[in-house]
Amino acid sequence: MTIQEIQEEIISDFSVMGSWEDKYEYIIQLGKELPLISEEFKTPDNLIKGCQSRVWLHTELKDGKLFFTGDSDAVITKGLVSLMIYVLSGHTPQEIAAAEIYFIDAIGLSSHLSPTRSNGLLSMLKQMKLYAIAYQAKINQQ
Amino acid sequence: MEHIANIVTDGLDVKQIRKDFPILQQQVHGKPLVYFDNGATTQKPQVVIDTEARYYEEYNSNVHRGVHHLSQVATNAYEKARITIAGYINAADPHEVIFTAGTTASINLVANTMSRRFLKPGDSVIISAMEHHSNIVPWQIACEETGAILKVIPINDRGELRMDAYEAMLDDSVKIVAVTYVSNTMGTINPVQDIITLAHARNIPVLLDAAQAIQHISIDVQALDVDFLAFSGHKIYGPTGTGVLYGKKEWLNKLPPYQGGGDMIKTVTFEKTIYNELPYKFEAGTPNIAGGIALGAAIQYLQQTGISKIQQWEEELMEYAMQELRQIDGIRFIGDAAERSGAISFLVHNIHPFDMGELLDQQGIAVRTGHHCTEPLMDIFKIPGTVRASLSFYNTKEEIDKLVAGIKRASAMLL
Repeated sequence: MTIQEIQEEIISDFSVMGSWEDKYEYIIQLGKELPLISEEFKTPDNLIKGCQSRVWLHTELKDGKLFFTGDSDAVITKGLVSLMIYVLSGHTPQEIAAAEIYFIDAIGLSSHLSPTRSNGLLSMLKQMKLYAIAYQAKINQQ
Repeated sequence: MEHIANIVTDGLDVKQIRKDFPILQQQVHGKPLVYFDNGATTQKPQVVIDTEARYYEEYNSNVHRGVHHLSQVATNAYEKARITIAGYINAADPHEVIFTAGTTASINLVANTMSRRFLKPGDSVIISAMEHHSNIVPWQIACEETGAILKVIPINDRGELRMDAYEAMLDDSVKIVAVTYVSNTMGTINPVQDIITLAHARNIPVLLDAAQAIQHISIDVQALDVDFLAFSGHKIYGPTGTGVLYGKKEWLNKLPPYQGGGDMIKTVTFEKTIYNELPYKFEAGTPNIAGGIALGAAIQYLQQTGISKIQQWEEELMEYAMQELRQIDGIRFIGDAAERSGAISFLVHNIHPFDMGELLDQQGIAVRTGHHCTEPLMDIFKIPGTVRASLSFYNTKEEIDKLVAGIKRASAMLL
């Protein structure tokens, strides 16, 4: 699936959830279930400092595609990190750099991407894009 | 109807008071707003909003300058607000009340001017472990620039100042003691009278950060004999961007000017400028006139409501809140002082404060989460942050019940 198709799938999943509890229970479940990152990658270098919750991001390039793993100490943020990774991981740097991320807004969690929230998710998205641009530049040089 | 009995207390009709605050009537996420972030900022009564609007509608004009009618009206209103504020804290002279942009600006004023005139290498400044960043960083800057040393009064595990340690710190090197009256994170009320008496025994001046005290506790600066007192207008039901520095006249006269500009001068030539008298010496530039006047209106509103009645109701609310919150499974309080006001900080099991705050918000309940600008305090307790509920006299016991139910619901979802 393309990045856009994955986002549409998530939006469609969320659209059937009636109450705020359903939505948050789903995100919390994602946050609890996913073993997102190996402990060896939870290094200060991989830490994206947000004001309220900490987010770690690890990036690897395999066969021309970028793969992300991540984690957070806040479970709602962790759930959203896993969604973000689900959307962007496994695509080429070019696709990631060019991607427009709109699903967070569409599922009614836009506050998580507002700078005032400073929960690390916005910083993580920026970091993912920066990695993509950097890898793209590297690929272009080869 | 059982809750009606809860909210009518001796002389303070909370149901009626809530009608004075238009913002409290709204719904958030489809639920009635429950506002427990009063430590961050308080809501404004209609009279404050109207006062600010009326200034711009009827007599907007620069103060202390024009001979024309509007300028006179504006100046009179602005100076009347100063007199109201002076009366509220029982200052000996309204000229001891300096209008600032807030607590942070007030503390920076003292730290900056104090360091330029009175701090040198080998001197020291005393603060406490529970200070807000705005009563830490200005003194760190002052110390860095002068070679003075910053000393920190430690706290016990209940979040109370260790007065024995404080007493031991007081020596001739100490040039000022700057502590908070009430902790913004833990709600601890510090024994400020003892702090001042001990410092004065060695002729050391004391600055009180009253940002979290001025709206909850009746303060008499002359009875306390405090040298400087700083607070923000927006935390006492007034507009943002307003604040006060109270200073004893003898101290304010000893300190050099802070910022240069209009209004703070008597005469200016390129060779020499003669500075204005108090309070104008510290009020350079066109001030927040509308804000200052509206802050006066906020304080009049509190005086009319009765600060002792407010204090009484807030104490009752605090007691009820602590009693009910203690019932929650897995709750632990960050700071559990015997004397407390305003703020309650807590954590539930190992739930991240951010997660708790977000799920409370979904239920229409506004709390603060994070380190509350007291990172050194968080380090002492070895936690990244807390959930903080902070009370005001417009809150009800019914709202505390909603908070308790909200925390239980959020915990059930997160655990």
